[in-house]
Amino acid sequence: MSAAGQEWEDESPERLYVITGGRTGAADTFSLDLVTLIVAKTSPRPGAQPEHAAIMRLCHSPLSVAELSAYLKLPVSVVTVLLGDLLADGRVVARAPVPPAELPDRSLIEAVIHGLQQL
Amino acid sequence: MDFNSSEPAAGQALAEQPVAGQTFAAEPVVGPRSEDELPDSATAAVKVVIVGGFGVGKTTLVGAVSEIRPLTTEETMTQAGVGVDDTLGIERKTSTTVAMDFGRISLNKELVLYLFGTPGQQRFWFLWNGLFDGALGAVVLVDTRRLEVSFDVIGRLEERGVPFVVAVNSFPDAPTYPVEELRGALDLPPEVPIVNCDARLRTSSRDVLMTLMHYLHGLAAAGT
Ligand SMILES: Nc1nc2c(ncn2[C@@H]2O[C@H](COP(=O)(O)OP(=O)(O)OP(=O)(O)O)[C@@H](O)[C@H]2O)c(=O)[nH]1
Ligand SMILES: [Mg+2]
Repeated sequence: MSAAGQEWEDESPERLYVITGGRTGAADTFSLDLVTLIVAKTSPRPGAQPEHAAIMRLCHSPLSVAELSAYLKLPVSVVTVLLGDLLADGRVVARAPVPPAELPDRSLIEAVIHGLQQL
Repeated sequence: MDFNSSEPAAGQALAEQPVAGQTFAAEPVVGPRSEDELPDSATAAVKVVIVGGFGVGKTTLVGAVSEIRPLTTEETMTQAGVGVDDTLGIERKTSTTVAMDFGRISLNKELVLYLFGTPGQQRFWFLWNGLFDGALGAVVLVDTRRLEVSFDVIGRLEERGVPFVVAVNSFPDAPTYPVEELRGALDLPPEVPIVNCDARLRTSSRDVLMTLMHYLHGLAAAGT
């Protein structure tokens, strides 16, 4: 069980504000899930914002939005804004998660079961 | 734990932080170890959420089955500070970080499963936009010494229509109840699976996930 001090940590809102240029939430039409996989398509643009460049470097192999947040040590909401820029520029592509359907597809569940059996 | 009372110094701590020295570029970004990188064939991901009260073993379960060392994603919550700054006459805002652990299992070359160990307090769930949207389902970890904390969690899942199974974590000094007694105590419908587990063991934690998947498979079959 974590003590209050371990669970909580102060974050500078100013710093996050600067990184996103004051924007909140994804301006992009397509919404990014925690498990949307992001893959870089190009190399970082010279002179790119360091956070953008860092995402591009991390995504040379597929990485989920949650993992990007963890490695960048930035909140998911901030990562999402940064990814919106890179997606708009065509620098990264997003592989949407499956399956936002009401009931998951049986073959998908079977694939999960099969995968877990290999563990 | 109450935010306001447990963090009385939040505003002060914020003011004392060496903000200027904390630029992003100063901290090198360390990515995954090469053996933790996903192959380019990974095209789709699914998620399962692990919920339950404080210290019930959520992080332990995630760590037991994850192929990577569990990672932490943080989200910030801004809220008005306690009291009003008299000098400026404006309300001081504090921003607090809430952490969520997660792990990963590559199911096959294309499909990846992410497991999120949600914060114990349900009021923080909303911080991660869409945490439960599109989740295959949830595992409710239950400690029989503190059954009451599970009511709220289960209620929230039912509200959101997230299918779930209940895993009873085996703590040495925890009382054991027959499954049907637990079902009654937690007011669960007969179809919801209840299993015992030891979150520290990979096989046991894997079996919990397997129980969830078989349950979901049944639901999917019934729905078609
Ligand atoms: N005996 C026993 N101990 C366990 C089990 N699962 C977890 N623990 C222990 O319980 C403690 C809390 O486990 P965590 O995994 O940190 O619990 P958590 O739900 O993530 O806790 P919070 O994130 O603080 O809410 C740790 O010391 C674990 O080693 C279990 O199945 N059996
Ligand atoms: Mg935990």
